[in-house]
Amino acid sequence: MVQDSYIALFNENKNLFLSENPQWYIEKRTEALNILSEKEIESFKDAYTLDYGLNVSRLPFAGDPFSLFRCDIPGLATSNYLVLNDSFYAQNSEPNLPEGVIICSLSEALKDYSDLIKPYLHKSNISNADMAINTLLAQDGMFIYIPDGVQLEKPIQLVNLMYGKVDMMAVSRNLAIIGENAKAQVLVCDHVYGEEVNYLSNRLTQVFVGKNSTYEHYKLESSSSKTTNISTLEIYQEAGSQVLSNLITLANGKTHNRVEVNLNGKGAYLSLNGLGLGQDSEKIENHTFINHNVAGATSNELFKYILNDNSVGNFYGLIKVMKDAQQTQAYQTNRNLCLSKEARMFTRPQLEIYADDVKCNHGATVGQLDESALFYMRARGIDPVEAKMLLMFAFVHDVLDNVRIEPLKDRLQLLIERRLRGDNTHCGGCKICR
Amino acid sequence: MLEIVDLHAEVNGKEILRGINLSVKAGEVHAIMGPNGSGKSTLSSVLAGHPAFTVTKGSVTFNGKDLLAMPAEERSRAGLFLSFQYPVEIPGVSMVNFMRAAVNEHRKYKNQTPLSAGEFLKLMRAKKEIVELDNKLANRSVNEGFSGGEKKRNEIFQMAMLEPCLSILDETDSGLDIDALRIVANGVNQLKTPENASIVITHYQRLLDYIVPDIVHILYKGRIVKTAGRELVAVLEEKGYDWIKKEVGE
Repeated sequence: MVQDSYIALFNENKNLFLSENPQWYIEKRTEALNILSEKEIESFKDAYTLDYGLNVSRLPFAGDPFSLFRCDIPGLATSNYLVLNDSFYAQNSEPNLPEGVIICSLSEALKDYSDLIKPYLHKSNISNADMAINTLLAQDGMFIYIPDGVQLEKPIQLVNLMYGKVDMMAVSRNLAIIGENAKAQVLVCDHVYGEEVNYLSNRLTQVFVGKNSTYEHYKLESSSSKTTNISTLEIYQEAGSQVLSNLITLANGKTHNRVEVNLNGKGAYLSLNGLGLGQDSEKIENHTFINHNVAGATSNELFKYILNDNSVGNFYGLIKVMKDAQQTQAYQTNRNLCLSKEARMFTRPQLEIYADDVKCNHGATVGQLDESALFYMRARGIDPVEAKMLLMFAFVHDVLDNVRIEPLKDRLQLLIERRLRGDNTHCGGCKICR
Repeated sequence: MLEIVDLHAEVNGKEILRGINLSVKAGEVHAIMGPNGSGKSTLSSVLAGHPAFTVTKGSVTFNGKDLLAMPAEERSRAGLFLSFQYPVEIPGVSMVNFMRAAVNEHRKYKNQTPLSAGEFLKLMRAKKEIVELDNKLANRSVNEGFSGGEKKRNEIFQMAMLEPCLSILDETDSGLDIDALRIVANGVNQLKTPENASIVITHYQRLLDYIVPDIVHILYKGRIVKTAGRELVAVLEEKGYDWIKKEVGE
């Protein structure tokens, strides 16, 4: 199997992987090892066959890692953190965080806050080979803890940056625990340094949102054609919690986003959104699983793709309404534009309903730009290229409306416009993209 | 202004226009009438540059330029306006963005600087009054959820914004109640100047009670079979299109 070499890598370096891990996490790694020996890797399996560098022995970056990256979104004031390949870095000048808030590396959290994180990580399921690889090999990542009643004003920004002079792989794991009546916004930006080397990243993020809390999670990818990005996001929502998530793939190589949301409390509300812009031979996969485990929760899902050239889009969306989850409201929409004859879109919207008093619907469409609308605009003197831009903007408009950090929304509008115009400049103008 | 000579056009291999000759001068209002299927809407689509239609023969000269050589957007910028029989709904594109894009393209064509947001909104407010277009409609997506009458008023509003030298009104009266018809016709009449011209395409005479034509043509089976003054409208009203069919020997 493809993963055999990774299993071997773990076995040969067991002491490095397990050093300073609490006993319960060592058990978790063993569980992952067993699962990985049985389950096939499903997404972009071939990407695992290259010979990547992997920083198993935790060599620190020589120099200031923040010199590699500067996010220049105007007006976006964030608490900024970096995961360089798989190593967590905080700025030297720590941002002023409210009392009780913890933001640190996961490796530190495993040592210092073992009791705090154990209830969350210990019980979490390893549901597929991607997650097993992650559980087995992740040595670091970001840990966020927001105590009850704390409302963060500034968004937390995590930049996942791939950097290497040779082919490089990174496995990182993030954990966010949001207490009750709390509020946090997290912006995750996946970037790479350079277009020449192959990168493979496998990142797992788990978020636990307490009662009546508000949590927003934005994931933005602007990487390279030689990047394979396997990304898993799991969210657990308690009663009355409000979660907004938006996954935007602007430029990439091969991306697999798996999102699983468990609505575990009455009145929980989820808005799960995504946008994929494909060109060249990019592959964009979003697989989403929304589980209505209890009664009286609502989910609203919206994913859109615009595919050009030979790009391939893939959407799989499963909404499960469990037997006791009465008064569930669940809505799922997937709409896609194929701009070229070669672009392909695969969509599988799914509803599984075991309760009998629910409001659910789902719909998926694949189509082209509306020719009659294009002619109407041209007949008013609008250039065909501009007419197409207006139509494409109209198409992505409702996804962008679900970005509630205004400076981010403004920048996304700009980046999306550039992307749709075929401009290959990646993210705005920060250092790594220049 | 407009000179159509022996125009033939087809759609999906079927010939619809079979030799149209028409000459329109500045200041004139022409009416083109005819039974269903005579080619009235095809003529307007061909003049506006709809890609579904193929011109197989003939020429169209517009202010000295070869109209048929221009793409649709350039025809518009050069001063040709088509009021659509079925205006298209464009969800997500606001009327403001749509109109601003159009107006500024027209200005660019005339080597004028783009309008500022303030200037543009002022212009829009002024022109909306011509067709009594509701303020709320301007904030909505183009034609989305508009009633039949609102869509037609929106067409005339766009005409007012773009100030064309030749406007073609394709069945602008269809689907309008009498009040909407009067508003639309008033709008068209207000926009009339000695320098511009209109072609009013219609099946019925009632629009022509409000927009009085100088010259009336009858289109039948892809040809203009009769041209006369405005008195022809009354004759048609009285005798119907069967009379024309007899005249051309059917």
